[in-house]
Amino acid sequence: MSTLSNQNDQVSSTPVLPLLEVRNLCKYFPVYSQGFMRKEVSKIKAVDQVSFDLMAGETLGLVGESGSGKTTCARTILRALQPTSGEVILNLPEGRRYDLSQMSNKLLKPLRQEMQMIFQDPYASLNPRMTVGDIVAEPMKIHGLASGSDLDGRVERILLKVGLKSEHRHRYPHAFSGGQRQRIGIARALIMNPALVVADEAVSALDVSVQAQVINLLGDLQEELGLTYIFVAHDLSVVRHLCDKVAVMYAGRIVEIASTEALFEDPKHPYTRALLNAVPHPDPDVPMEFELGGEVADAGNLPSGCSFHPRCKECFQPCDQRTPELQTMPDGSGVACYLHGESDEKQ
Amino acid sequence: MSVNLPETPLSKRDTVLRIRNLRTCFPSEEGEVAAVNDVSLTLKRGQVLAVVGESGCGKSVTSNSILRLIRPPGRIAGGEIMYYPSEGAPYDVLKLPDKSDKLYDLRGGAISMIFQEPMTALSPVHTVGNQIIEAIRLHQKVSKKEAREMTLKMLREVGIPGAERRIDQFPHELSGGMRQRVVIAMALVCNPEVLIADEPTTALDVSIQAQILKLIKALQRARNASVLFITHDLGVVAQVADEVAVMYMGRVIETGSVREVLKQPKHPYTRGLLNSLPGMDKVRGVRLSVIRGSVPALTSIPPGCPFHPRCDYAVRGICNVGVAPEMVYSAGAGAAACLRLDSIPTYGAKVKEVTP
Repeated sequence: MSTLSNQNDQVSSTPVLPLLEVRNLCKYFPVYSQGFMRKEVSKIKAVDQVSFDLMAGETLGLVGESGSGKTTCARTILRALQPTSGEVILNLPEGRRYDLSQMSNKLLKPLRQEMQMIFQDPYASLNPRMTVGDIVAEPMKIHGLASGSDLDGRVERILLKVGLKSEHRHRYPHAFSGGQRQRIGIARALIMNPALVVADEAVSALDVSVQAQVINLLGDLQEELGLTYIFVAHDLSVVRHLCDKVAVMYAGRIVEIASTEALFEDPKHPYTRALLNAVPHPDPDVPMEFELGGEVADAGNLPSGCSFHPRCKECFQPCDQRTPELQTMPDGSGVACYLHGESDEKQ
Repeated sequence: MSVNLPETPLSKRDTVLRIRNLRTCFPSEEGEVAAVNDVSLTLKRGQVLAVVGESGCGKSVTSNSILRLIRPPGRIAGGEIMYYPSEGAPYDVLKLPDKSDKLYDLRGGAISMIFQEPMTALSPVHTVGNQIIEAIRLHQKVSKKEAREMTLKMLREVGIPGAERRIDQFPHELSGGMRQRVVIAMALVCNPEVLIADEPTTALDVSIQAQILKLIKALQRARNASVLFITHDLGVVAQVADEVAVMYMGRVIETGSVREVLKQPKHPYTRGLLNSLPGMDKVRGVRLSVIRGSVPALTSIPPGCPFHPRCDYAVRGICNVGVAPEMVYSAGAGAAACLRLDSIPTYGAKVKEVTP
């Protein structure tokens, strides 16, 4: 609680609060022994000490390889999962300030309107037995926000907004292509007029030409509705295109967070640099200079010290013993690496 | 009509696989649809040919047709797939009888395949070693012990650390990247002349993808194998391919060397694909140029050029009538199936914008 009041003190000097403040968020999954007594033997640190701020209208990209904890992090923020520790503070207009991490489900329900999710697989995330109109209207019904002709009107408006036609609402998901289905998923999230939208790999399953259409749509909607996105993705070129700032995750921790320009122009963490080099460029004259060997650290059996050190070319003395903390600068950027931490701190 | 053949026909020694007018059909409620329609491709010896296109364009059906892996009620309705072995007479794969020894020798022997999803390509109830040994002993007369030695050697070659331990493990004990290495080992262990890689890195993370691409490229060079590389990712194409064929709605619409196709794309569809990539060097926040609409269903192929409803350069009366355009070859600059190649502006203005 003390941290909360501290931050309130700062409010007077900085008039605009971030929409979302995540502080030391952790999500550990227990590992049980086999057999009848099922004793808890260890923990998988899926999300460990994640902190960042997200201003209203901004897009944060959460990138990392599979198993790096990016999806778990997004779900814990939305309270689809109960965090182990840490704070998730949502600042809504009119000074409404909530710590989502410890709220009961009952108190949380009205807040869920403000936080919506767009899912990865447009084939699995729509109920095949419901018409598109029912799918898009369902969140409004659950929260009892509209009914009858009012609801019909809203469904129609949101379908038009995402580039579908109003007659589409009587059809079933199977009648739509992947790109159109993703538009349905976007309409379902946006009909609630949410403050925060979490897009979990929302364009990864789409073909290039359709992906571009959906990326443009997400950008247009953000401009029009002032949306704030957390964009979980593994595709760095998509992230570069859509996001204002990017957090790179490795083995449950943020290893680097920076504005998109800074991260792509001057990546600091060796892992970020390796990840950027691994993206194949669609120009045959730009060779892939990829040096990163090994595989993503197993979250259930993390190496000592910095989780990345067994794969790191620049690993030196303290790396295999102590875990570097994310050194956050006043501008919100930061890197968790001994190559940068100490020297940057002095500046 | 324009010329339908390359100006300099390749000699047989340069060619390892030549597909002519392949047509593969599947029945549907609205009649039979051709998932692959009039596809002609030439794989040169020791080269990597990338077949690129969006989902449903027929790239996987093409590769499965080569190994005759089309399950009924699907059928190969016509065409010719000539295989030119380095020793022996060339023959048409499509003319081999079903269940003939020659077809079985071909599959996994002379032509082998790497599949997309390494978990489904491997049997979960056999150790990886036994699966590779089975592949060896199907094609070569060796003892179990010799086969095991060959397997160990192959596992080391594809970069699996601790091969002696891994050989007796089950697929679920390996990570995704390791499994894909096992699949590659299995595909290469019989020294195939042709390797078909069907989206081998799509299910993998970028860092693992980079490792696997490097590995495939290195093994291909070391063995002078010919690779047919199926992918949807133009970045991957740029990194591995010598030649590229772009497919759209079951047809090849552009072919050429990797530089020709990716740097001077001719067909409006290829240009559209390249322009819609959220590039690493494009300006952030600027709208991506898109190909409007979406790929039509194969049951309702537009008349004329199948791409005309989405094409910015389509002209009424030319593009939307008649049959699909044939490939137009130009000397040393690849080929494209477009009727208006002479009238559309040269690609390059856009390229200048993005390269500093």
